[in-house]
Amino acid sequence: MKRITVFAPALLIVIIVFNKILPIDKATMERGNKVYMQYCVACHQIDGGGVPGLNPPLEKTPHVLGSKTKLIQIVLKGMNTHEEIDGETYSNSMAPHNHLTDQQISDVLTYVRNSFGNKATAITPGDVKYVRARTK
Amino acid sequence: MNKYFFSLVLVIAVFTNDSLTPIEKKETQGSENVGLKLPGGFSASMLLDSIGKARHIVVTKKDAIYIKLSKLISGKGILYIKDNNGDGKIDEIKSFGNYIGTGITIKDDYLYASSNDEVFRYKLNENEEVINPDLPEKIITGLINGRQHNTKSLVLDDKGNIYVNIGSPSNSCQEIDRGHGSKGIDPCPILDSAGGIWQFRADKLNQTYKDGVRYATGLRNVMGLDWNYEINELFVVQHGRDQLDMFPEHFSAKQNADIPAEEMFMIKKGVNCGWPYCYFDVQQNKKVLAPEYGGDGKKTTRCEGVEQPIVAFPAHVAPNALLFYTGNMFPEKYKNGAFVAFHGSWNRSPEKQEGYYVAFVPFKNGKPSGPWEVFADGFAGVETVMSPKQAVHRPCGLAQGPDGALYVSDDVKGTIYKIIYKK
Repeated sequence: MKRITVFAPALLIVIIVFNKILPIDKATMERGNKVYMQYCVACHQIDGGGVPGLNPPLEKTPHVLGSKTKLIQIVLKGMNTHEEIDGETYSNSMAPHNHLTDQQISDVLTYVRNSFGNKATAITPGDVKYVRARTK
Repeated sequence: MNKYFFSLVLVIAVFTNDSLTPIEKKETQGSENVGLKLPGGFSASMLLDSIGKARHIVVTKKDAIYIKLSKLISGKGILYIKDNNGDGKIDEIKSFGNYIGTGITIKDDYLYASSNDEVFRYKLNENEEVINPDLPEKIITGLINGRQHNTKSLVLDDKGNIYVNIGSPSNSCQEIDRGHGSKGIDPCPILDSAGGIWQFRADKLNQTYKDGVRYATGLRNVMGLDWNYEINELFVVQHGRDQLDMFPEHFSAKQNADIPAEEMFMIKKGVNCGWPYCYFDVQQNKKVLAPEYGGDGKKTTRCEGVEQPIVAFPAHVAPNALLFYTGNMFPEKYKNGAFVAFHGSWNRSPEKQEGYYVAFVPFKNGKPSGPWEVFADGFAGVETVMSPKQAVHRPCGLAQGPDGALYVSDDVKGTIYKIIYKK
């Protein structure tokens, strides 16, 4: 127990430093942008702003910055529920994008999590593979 | 462990996030026409700003305005607003109706308003004020209320019929809606209960599908519809299909941005306007087979014999309201012509967005008599809209005042514009 209380803040510091000094590599961002422009931009728009009433924004929303598992699942399974974000409801349907490869999904989600004012850790192909295997 | 690690990283990611970059908005500054560009002789004012999600509107003979809201304000979904002292500002606002929706209209002593699955009517007094706002008659119930295209626009004729749009809860009736490369369901089952205009009686309570008539089919989603009293026919403007580029072997994003028209139709009972099997290609100027049903951008099989549009507007500009102008205030060329409020596009990205204006189509004897033109522009408040969120205002509803003035509602901020003409 004692070891954990000492260890946790240390780990925290390490991660903060890690997160700050390790930017997402350029190649990942470029690949992610390519996937975004092919499959996502139509609805979520060039600025990630979405379309009021229809398509949710990707700017600093809990969906984008929250659980990686849930985010990966949205891409794999699509989304067909009325989602309210900041008081606005979004009603368009998102098709499943499970035809994308683990690499494509990890690239595009890492791109989204680090564009439009977002800054968050990368999602790896391994993360996608793990979630895909456990997603019906 | 993996999961905890993720959450920990996530918490830090959120806390170390410091790069807020709001979209830059360039407001149109202090024009006498409240930012709108209008033809010579016309001027515009704002009666009300920031009232909420103002959808369709109707003006009474005493110049009061009923506004249908798509988001409740203090639990109410219809506003009654009036300028009693004539200073150009609204000084009376009342609200009623505990449901959201879009459709609202007045016909023969009744106010008609729709939620997304029902239609109500309210008896009006001699000043066209609602007598009993808490006790409307429910005339239609149980309509399809899908997630997309669920608004129910309304218009009546002179024979006691009400026409209701029931939009398709789908883009193109695919097996997987908006799925890349997903095929169309054949025949499209949606057409039994949506994707068309239904006719009901205006004075009968609790009507459902079995009491109505599918008056027109093959209409993806119609938000703008109006009755043309010059020739006694129904006219509609359709929101055309999105995302042709879900079939990249046939269509690029640019082609999707430019090709599938927003169509205006004259609707005779029983017509089929083609959705989801066909769409109108503005470049080839004809109906072509949808890629979901085997189309390649050229084939026209299944499209012969479907109703042709009387006007084809640019792709994706989103016609949210239609109004035939019967007033005497505007110059002669506007008489009996059609105003169309375009909400503005979203499905043109990464190209710049289009629309966000009110257009005019001149008519003679119930037929378009010249090319359409932009009548009122500048609602968006920015030079270029790349992403719809940048638009400060978006036209949504149209109404004509007793003096012939044209009213336009905006559902972003909830502005009500009044456009007048002086010689």
